[in-house]
Amino acid sequence: MSRVLAPLGRRSVSVASAERVGAYDVLACTDPDGPAPAPGQFYMLAAGARWGGGADERPFLPRAFSVMRAAAGRLEFMLENVGPGTARLGELREGDPLWLTGPFGNGFSAPRDGRRPLLVGGGVGTAPLVSWSDACAGDVAAPARPVALLGFRDAAHAAGAALLPGVRVATDDGSVGHQGPVTDLLLAELGRDAHVEVYSCGPPGMLEAVRALCAEREIPAQLALESGMACGYGACFGCVVPTREGYLRLCVDGPVLDASILDDVTHP
Amino acid sequence: MTFLGLDDPVVNASGTFDAIAARRAFGDALLDSFPFAAFVTKTVTVAPRDGNPAPRLYELPSGLLNSIGLPNKGLDGFLQHDLPQLAELPVPLIVNVMGNAHDEVARLVETVGAREEVTALELNVSCPNVKTGLMFGADPNEVAGLLDAVRGRTGKPLIVKLTPNCASPAAVAAAAEAHGADAVSLINTLRGMAPHPHRPGEPWLGGKTGGVSGPAVRAVALAQVSEVRGRIALPIIGMGGVQCGRHADDLLRAGADLVAVGTESFRDPLAGLRVRKELQDLRPGRSSVSR
Repeated sequence: MSRVLAPLGRRSVSVASAERVGAYDVLACTDPDGPAPAPGQFYMLAAGARWGGGADERPFLPRAFSVMRAAAGRLEFMLENVGPGTARLGELREGDPLWLTGPFGNGFSAPRDGRRPLLVGGGVGTAPLVSWSDACAGDVAAPARPVALLGFRDAAHAAGAALLPGVRVATDDGSVGHQGPVTDLLLAELGRDAHVEVYSCGPPGMLEAVRALCAEREIPAQLALESGMACGYGACFGCVVPTREGYLRLCVDGPVLDASILDDVTHP
Repeated sequence: MTFLGLDDPVVNASGTFDAIAARRAFGDALLDSFPFAAFVTKTVTVAPRDGNPAPRLYELPSGLLNSIGLPNKGLDGFLQHDLPQLAELPVPLIVNVMGNAHDEVARLVETVGAREEVTALELNVSCPNVKTGLMFGADPNEVAGLLDAVRGRTGKPLIVKLTPNCASPAAVAAAAEAHGADAVSLINTLRGMAPHPHRPGEPWLGGKTGGVSGPAVRAVALAQVSEVRGRIALPIIGMGGVQCGRHADDLLRAGADLVAVGTESFRDPLAGLRVRKELQDLRPGRSSVSR
């Protein structure tokens, strides 16, 4: 698993742009002093002002986001407004201050045994797959844009597919692409060529379906998981997931885990 | 000079900073700018513990509710895997231990206290005594009995971590002083519960109830430190919702000798260092952080 060390402490950076892409916000910030993260790593973000002034006097803690793109001192994140933290971050505009800590965790690793990378995402879980797709496309030895299959609930969310070139889309309501779960597309793709390594990120139900489907066919998979997180660097022990190796902290032992150590990725 | 001869009076609260994991995330820069004047470990128990099932966290207005469940490698795992790494930290080491019977705590105190890497021990008394069913830290007689059983097992300083979840933390502190404790630390988290957002009537946390920390408990900490200072002469490590030098200074003025930063480190990994610098600005000559 690839890991880039984080600069010690949180740093104040500026929002470089904030764009609406369908149902999502794409937030870009400057990070002149930070390292280039590995695809699959994440950052903890908090607004530089009015963090704590939202509904129920929240948010209080920073929020974890996979990096979607990183280039030349600039980081991009994909957000969906699901609570007071993402609502406040979604209000930020160019020039606003942002607290940033990271990059944290383990990112994706290269495929094993000459396998072809195959990306399977759901919703806002598209974000880390964009950075991994870019890394594969820029690979010096064998540059190739991997096939990516993305699932969304409806057309507004499926607009997020524009963030990743050349994707095939499934929607729950059939408004864009295939109607049904993204695993339908995965099954079809595996029917054509099963010598792949699957890279996946999305909601727990989708990830579990991907895990089970790959496990049945003995296809290696790397899953980027999500969990509520207070710190991002191993201090709080709050972000654990059960694995065959016991509880693992997603922030320091993940967020990318090899599917072979997981029995079930559906959390309560 | 502060308690334990520390350069300045800011340490971490047990369970809110994992120096080994932080070094994995930040590298050796952590050793060059270590945030605290001493490092307090997570609780060590005799047997390994997995900790509580997820979910373990719930964000509160100005605070955090957690039910982590004291995951740790157990005494043998701690001595073999963690202690050698913690010994590389540039600050004194305080090891927090917990057991549910006198002989368990005595074994922990004796074994850990014998290690030269360890400067002091902190007793987590927020657990029930299996013999009486009473929480050690909630009852002055329980704390007295526990200290009688373990005090002779080490010559190193013993700090009793007081719980706020009892009738009189000051009475428990007085018992700790009378039975050989070298210091007390307070407050531990306040017991709390959060509703499940989708299942009315059910608790959100896997452990059902948890402990409240953060700015939400700061006023409680200030009141309890002040009350305990009125009852005992021992050094006090005060903590609860400290976010800046002003909050640390308030606890020192209420009678604390050292201050611990806890939940704020989750928001800012260098919160401890920031609090130390701010405290130095507020109290020139008392703190000696120069970084």
